[in-house]
Amino acid sequence: MTRTQEVLQDVVIKFAGDSGDGMQLTGSQFTNNTALMGIDLATFPDFPAEIRAPQGTLAGVSGYQLRFSSDSVFTPGDECDVLVAMNAAALKANLKSIKKGGKIIVNTDGFDAKNLRLANYPEGVNPLENDSLSNYTVIKMDVTKMTREALSDITMGMKEKDRAKNMFVLGFLYWMYNRDMENTISFLKEKFGKKPDILESNIRVLRAGYNYGDTTETFTTTYKVEKAKMESGVYRSIMGNQAVSYGLIAAAQKSGLQMFLGSYPITPASDILHELSRHKAFGIKTFQAEDEIAAITSAIGAAYGGALGVTTSSGPGIALKGEAMGLAVMLEIPLVIVNIQRGGPSTGLPTKTEQSDLMQAYYGRNGECPMPVISASTPADCFDAVYEAVRIAVQHMTPVMFLSDGYIANGAEPWRFPKSEDLPAITVNFKKGLDEGEEKLQPYKRDEKLVRPWAIPGTPGLEHRIGGLEKQDGTGNISYDADNHQHMVKTRQAKVDNIADYIPLQKLDSGTATGKVLVVGWGSTYGAIKSACTELQAQGKSVAHAHLRYIRPFPKNLGEILKSYDTVLVPEINNGQLIRILRDEFFVDAKGYNKIKGVPITKGELIEEIGNYL
Amino acid sequence: MQLFYMSEVTTAPALTAKDFATDQEVRWCPGCGDYSILAQVQKVMPTLGIPKENIVIVSGIGCSSRFPYYMNTYGMHSIHGRATAIASGLKAARPELSVWVVTGDGDSLSIGGNHTIHLLRRNFDINILMFNNQIYGLTKGQYSPTSEQKKITKSTPMGSIDHPFNPLALAMGADATFVARSMDRDPKHLQEMLLRSQQHKGASFLEIYQNCNIFNDGAFEVFTEKSSKADETLFLTHGEPLVFGANKDKGVKLDGFNPVIVDLNEGHSKDDLWVHNEKDFYKAQILVRMFDDPRIAGHLPRPFGVFYETERACYEDVLQLQIDEAIGTKGVGNLDKLLRGNEVWEII
Ligand SMILES: Cc1ncc(C[n+]2csc(CCOP(=O)(O)OP(=O)(O)O)c2C)c(N)n1
Ligand code: SF4
Ligand SMILES: [Mg+2]
Repeated sequence: MTRTQEVLQDVVIKFAGDSGDGMQLTGSQFTNNTALMGIDLATFPDFPAEIRAPQGTLAGVSGYQLRFSSDSVFTPGDECDVLVAMNAAALKANLKSIKKGGKIIVNTDGFDAKNLRLANYPEGVNPLENDSLSNYTVIKMDVTKMTREALSDITMGMKEKDRAKNMFVLGFLYWMYNRDMENTISFLKEKFGKKPDILESNIRVLRAGYNYGDTTETFTTTYKVEKAKMESGVYRSIMGNQAVSYGLIAAAQKSGLQMFLGSYPITPASDILHELSRHKAFGIKTFQAEDEIAAITSAIGAAYGGALGVTTSSGPGIALKGEAMGLAVMLEIPLVIVNIQRGGPSTGLPTKTEQSDLMQAYYGRNGECPMPVISASTPADCFDAVYEAVRIAVQHMTPVMFLSDGYIANGAEPWRFPKSEDLPAITVNFKKGLDEGEEKLQPYKRDEKLVRPWAIPGTPGLEHRIGGLEKQDGTGNISYDADNHQHMVKTRQAKVDNIADYIPLQKLDSGTATGKVLVVGWGSTYGAIKSACTELQAQGKSVAHAHLRYIRPFPKNLGEILKSYDTVLVPEINNGQLIRILRDEFFVDAKGYNKIKGVPITKGELIEEIGNYL
Repeated sequence: MQLFYMSEVTTAPALTAKDFATDQEVRWCPGCGDYSILAQVQKVMPTLGIPKENIVIVSGIGCSSRFPYYMNTYGMHSIHGRATAIASGLKAARPELSVWVVTGDGDSLSIGGNHTIHLLRRNFDINILMFNNQIYGLTKGQYSPTSEQKKITKSTPMGSIDHPFNPLALAMGADATFVARSMDRDPKHLQEMLLRSQQHKGASFLEIYQNCNIFNDGAFEVFTEKSSKADETLFLTHGEPLVFGANKDKGVKLDGFNPVIVDLNEGHSKDDLWVHNEKDFYKAQILVRMFDDPRIAGHLPRPFGVFYETERACYEDVLQLQIDEAIGTKGVGNLDKLLRGNEVWEII
């Protein structure tokens, strides 16, 4: 039989199935395999809203989108080239995101009468049997049957056997994209090492899927995507929440501080608690508190004791932390508050992404309560951004809000990880004793940055009391003096504003220093804005892109940049939050582009929107 | 890895109560029970043998929570209800410090009730001093979660409807490892209870009856006034029978699970009485339930002293043990190894 190999530049695959079908695992295995080939990639896991939605229903569909390319990749792609649908609901939920002419790989067993009914297809209608999919190439395979056949001589319950179904699909795709399967086999060995029959069944079915592609004559073409031209270096694949965890560990190590994490589980932030809990060998103390208030206040207590205090949560939990953040601002104590944003308000859309907590981060506390805000724009960027958050917190004695979101948190990308020796130093100087002429500690005596000393319990001679009441500058004694309060409010603000002197200037991500349109973004819109802008620039359009990491304070040159273009466009996955702050701070007539659907903005949508201003 | 420094314990000169006073003007109302509690704490602190730089007092918000400002140790006057949680984090990070929480009945049982019970069950080695005045003092006299039913206050002009908490029963319910009660008007007993709280390794819950002479004057009068104290209170001593009364002629005995008062002059001897055992978990549940309203005829006397003490591993110690264990099996964490992970590829 003759087989051809086609070289492709860019592929988007979406794995979709019931939440019990193991699609997240299948997707992440294919992702790691792709990464190890040196191919650039971006991913977008799309979790069902309910953990235990009824099997086979639309609500229970779990998806994992992966884009890989021999070119640089910044988004997981607007439309899929290939959809893997394990059942009828998975097909129905994702049909509109498949490219015309794309491939659909279906598990026919997932299209029986029951599954069709659960997916709300009308009685007697099966999309595999009518011409509704005529615009696509449909590859039908009875995955369940073939999985069972591959395991026919293994004694194991039918249900257990069926659990390996996803491996069949994974094996088939490995064949289709010319991969070797070693990384998955060693992953399975690690995961199921203690359960030899489960290990054996998974590996067998994986191979069966591969062999199915290899021996079945119907498949005549395999595909190959070449290595991407990335900067030279050693890479690994990393997810956003993992990068936050690593950034925090690295910052603790480099600063010599013990890390204390106070946290209460919440989607999509829990993985940071899980990850940090695994790294006790770094001396990290993790504390699953009774609620978010205890989570942040325990971290404040630890920070008072000289630890790197960290608390992680998502919008609703951040709301609960509000009062304690105010305390940290008053105490002028270092603290990192991590908000992995999700759809709001209230419980909102827990598993969907949104950038709607910026106002909360910026203003959401009682009183005049300024706090630095740092945001990450991609999974790997979380590492550097949270490292910066720690640096600012400890060097400026202030709580810092770090923003990421569900899309970044669960997305993966290749990461040229740093060497620890190349990471910037974070120097911490606990106060060791009284200054000359100081009779007793002046806890609010400030240095040239307006920063007060970090004097920790256990240090003889520096006993002092601090609290949330307004205090006299210098001595820290309670003060209700009118002028002192005005002075302190202005001082706390100036302290945060001064941080602008200690952060880099804003750079353009792409484009020229003046022109027609400047697209200003923050957070997870990075990939879509970058892709849209570079594509338009290639067409000779006058478009530039600036992406903000430092949102409070802004880099000192931001105002100037904003005034250098005819139009400033601010795309956000919210109802217009950064745009209001920019208008307020810089008096620019910025235009918004707001998509609030719980999913990322796509490149295509942006190209169209930017086009309106060209 | 940690940059903490601790003072040399051995060279510390003997301290006095004065060493623990600050230059801050004490701002409680004249006659407030908080003054006495402050004085007793200042007296006990120098006897503990702990250098003052290793003592941290954390409070929430309330009249009582002003306490840290008057103690020349490390201290934090935090936010309403959260002192227990702040102290938990501090103790977790710095187990070698002596951490005290000063809190009110509203602070610890209303807004901060959740953190209080969780600190107790986790058994951080922290001393909680709960100043119970059965009122919200700082906000000028609303009823609190320990106020008696039908209490007329600003927010309950027709009398409060809420059934009050029994704080020690709550602490027992949360599996506290040290449960005790004292009062502002009995300095010696209070000093002893403070000392016992400190000596206990684990979370100590010490309820201190405190008179708010402005908004709830006389709430504990029957227990504190000379004329009624002996008959209304029952001071607990480990290994001793439950005897009370001006002439030490009344006692409490257990009739099944029910405590009953007996008269030692009338056919009962000390041998019939309930002998207090601080380690008896089941009897302690009965003892904390001796919480009768003293206005009701035939009521039981109110016990003071250590109701219950037991040993249980402290959270902060086990937390550290896990770290030691992780380091023991995996070696000290290596950042470069972590960042590299298991699967890498190289682009040339
Ligand atoms: C979040 C918050 N809610 C309400 C208050 C107002 N407040 C301050 S102290 C207090 C009650 C104090 O009562 P208690 O804890 O019994 O202390 P006391 O003043 O009686 O010693 C209240 C309601 C506050 N400071 N913060
Ligand atoms: S209001 Fe009551 S509790 Fe508060 S200081 Fe005055 S007397 Fe003491
Ligand atoms: Mg009170």
